[in-house]
Amino acid sequence: MSQFAINLLFVGASFALYIGIAIWARAGSTKDFYVAGGGVHPITNGMATAADWMSAASFISMAGLLASGGYANSTFLMGWTGGYVILAMLLAPYLRKFGKFTVPDFIGDRFYSRTARLVAVICLIVASVTYVIGQMTGAGVAFSRFLEVSNTWGIWIAALIVFLYAVFGGMKGITYTQVAQYVVLIIAYTIPAVFISLQLTDTVIPGIGMFSTHTESGIPMLEKLNQVINELGFRDYTADVDNKLNMVLFTLSLMVGTAGLPHVIIRFFTVPKVADARWSAGWALVFIALLYLTAPAVGSMARLNLATTVYPEMAGQVEDYESAAENALVYEERPQWIRTWEETGLITFEDKNNDGRVQIYNEGNEDFAETAEARGWNGNELNVNNDILVLANPEIANLPPWVIGLIAAGGIAAALSTAAGLLLAISSAISHDLIKTMINPNISEKGEMLAARISMAGAILLATYLGLNPPGFAAQTVALAFGIAGASLFPALMMGIFSKRINNVGAVAGMLTGLIATLLYIFTYLGWFFIPGTNMLPNTPDNWIFGISPLSFGAIGAICNFAVAFVVANATAEPPQEIQDLVESVRYPKGAGGAVDH
Amino acid sequence: MADDKSNAAEYWKANVRTIIGCLVVWAFVSYGCAILFRPLLAGIPVGGTDLGFWFAQQGSILTFIGIIFFYAWKMNKLDEKFGLGE
Repeated sequence: MSQFAINLLFVGASFALYIGIAIWARAGSTKDFYVAGGGVHPITNGMATAADWMSAASFISMAGLLASGGYANSTFLMGWTGGYVILAMLLAPYLRKFGKFTVPDFIGDRFYSRTARLVAVICLIVASVTYVIGQMTGAGVAFSRFLEVSNTWGIWIAALIVFLYAVFGGMKGITYTQVAQYVVLIIAYTIPAVFISLQLTDTVIPGIGMFSTHTESGIPMLEKLNQVINELGFRDYTADVDNKLNMVLFTLSLMVGTAGLPHVIIRFFTVPKVADARWSAGWALVFIALLYLTAPAVGSMARLNLATTVYPEMAGQVEDYESAAENALVYEERPQWIRTWEETGLITFEDKNNDGRVQIYNEGNEDFAETAEARGWNGNELNVNNDILVLANPEIANLPPWVIGLIAAGGIAAALSTAAGLLLAISSAISHDLIKTMINPNISEKGEMLAARISMAGAILLATYLGLNPPGFAAQTVALAFGIAGASLFPALMMGIFSKRINNVGAVAGMLTGLIATLLYIFTYLGWFFIPGTNMLPNTPDNWIFGISPLSFGAIGAICNFAVAFVVANATAEPPQEIQDLVESVRYPKGAGGAVDH
Repeated sequence: MADDKSNAAEYWKANVRTIIGCLVVWAFVSYGCAILFRPLLAGIPVGGTDLGFWFAQQGSILTFIGIIFFYAWKMNKLDEKFGLGE
């Protein structure tokens, strides 16, 4: 059977599984399945949260960023897990006690203001649409590979399937489907990682393998990796970073963004009790950590495997790096995976020095230019898109075809489950919070559904268009969404619970400050509304204010949000007594009961 | 009523104290060990690199899990102690 057929088989079988579960859950479950308080067990909810949360960015893109950035990109690992700590302690239990379904509901009620609700809806939409752009980028990569079409076609096909899927999933309770998706994606992620860890280090657990001895050379894996890439002019994989301020702010942005993302927060409304919301956050993180503890091993081992594919003599104990560098891979003898990825346009080769061999090295390193010239190298010849690394990983390591089919199914599961969750958050914000609550309270059930579908279609078209020219790799685009959510929604939610003094004017001023400041900073470097070529300053570290990258600005935005809200609220009238009582009541679990259905 | 109020206020104070304690640990492992204090931990080797690198890519995540479960356990005890649970 060809690889193409195997891929189709795995993806098809996993789709059949999700659809089967959706039908079974609908037919067999109790009536209150949709209602929060319907009794989803914390562990089940944790697993569904993990599937909802781990998207194309986590699955497809993150290990590639770790592979290229090494230690510097640990920010993604810490940021996307550490956010759950704040979520579990600062938001989840209290929002569960409050007991309504959407984030704008809480902000609108707590700040007794239609304006606050409207601003929350806007923040939610901007953050979610940016997030969907990242999903489309990642899903496009997955589809282009497994259907063997160009990346552009891959994105359009992904858009169509995500749309159908979101409409379908939107009509049924999808918690159990997401549990199945979690199982598929975690198996797809860990099996190749275990194989590769065994190949390279004889260690079963990849997260331990990356800190173990590299079997062929007898030195620690990371030391081996550092040596090999040093010979190619790259910095040490484990090298420390100079700009610690940016690293701290970036991690903080991802953390507060995690806690401010509406589709994650909503998950905690589905458990029966406040205590369960606390446990559920812990279980969600356990399931997420299974992937996040494996990702750094996948990244570092793939980097080593890629280098030793191009320079086969560097794989074992190297006597002479010069001769190993000379005997690089002959292009005509390149492995099949390079050929298939070349068709997608995500790997490109140009024989710059006409020697028929492939050279990968750091052509930007001026100190290395002399060595490269002496070796007769005339520029880096093989460009590998970061986002393909996880999908190509089993092929690079020569794993059997079924593993490759499995990883295609996993990547698509990750992208679909998150994109569907986000589209639901966007459409419910428009149909429920905006149209039903604010514009036309008398809208019929049918009209509300229609509005939800139209807004879903609009969001996906916009995201697909922008996804064709993404502002970065999938994980970087998603990081921008986190900055926006963290700067606008997280502070408002947190202050709504922990302060009785923050009033309507303060919250609105704070959210607007956070949102606008963050967007302005991002658009300055990445182009207005991410349209390429409209940026005011080049997006390079020397142009960043205090060396703060646009990806890291969410933390600054959040600080501005807190400060402005505090000052404005203290200059204006105190919130009325019933609002202070509301704040009081969300603080204590007693009397939570079921979520209010509306 | 006054008792209820002061009881609730005590509970909230205990909660905030717990949160601050947990956040200190949270910040120490991630921003501390993994980023800012990494040069200080450079002398402690872990599998071909140093302890700071290990914290950045493994240790902090493991600690986060511990913190959340500790918080859930501790708060359930507080809910019971103050009679404010469900």
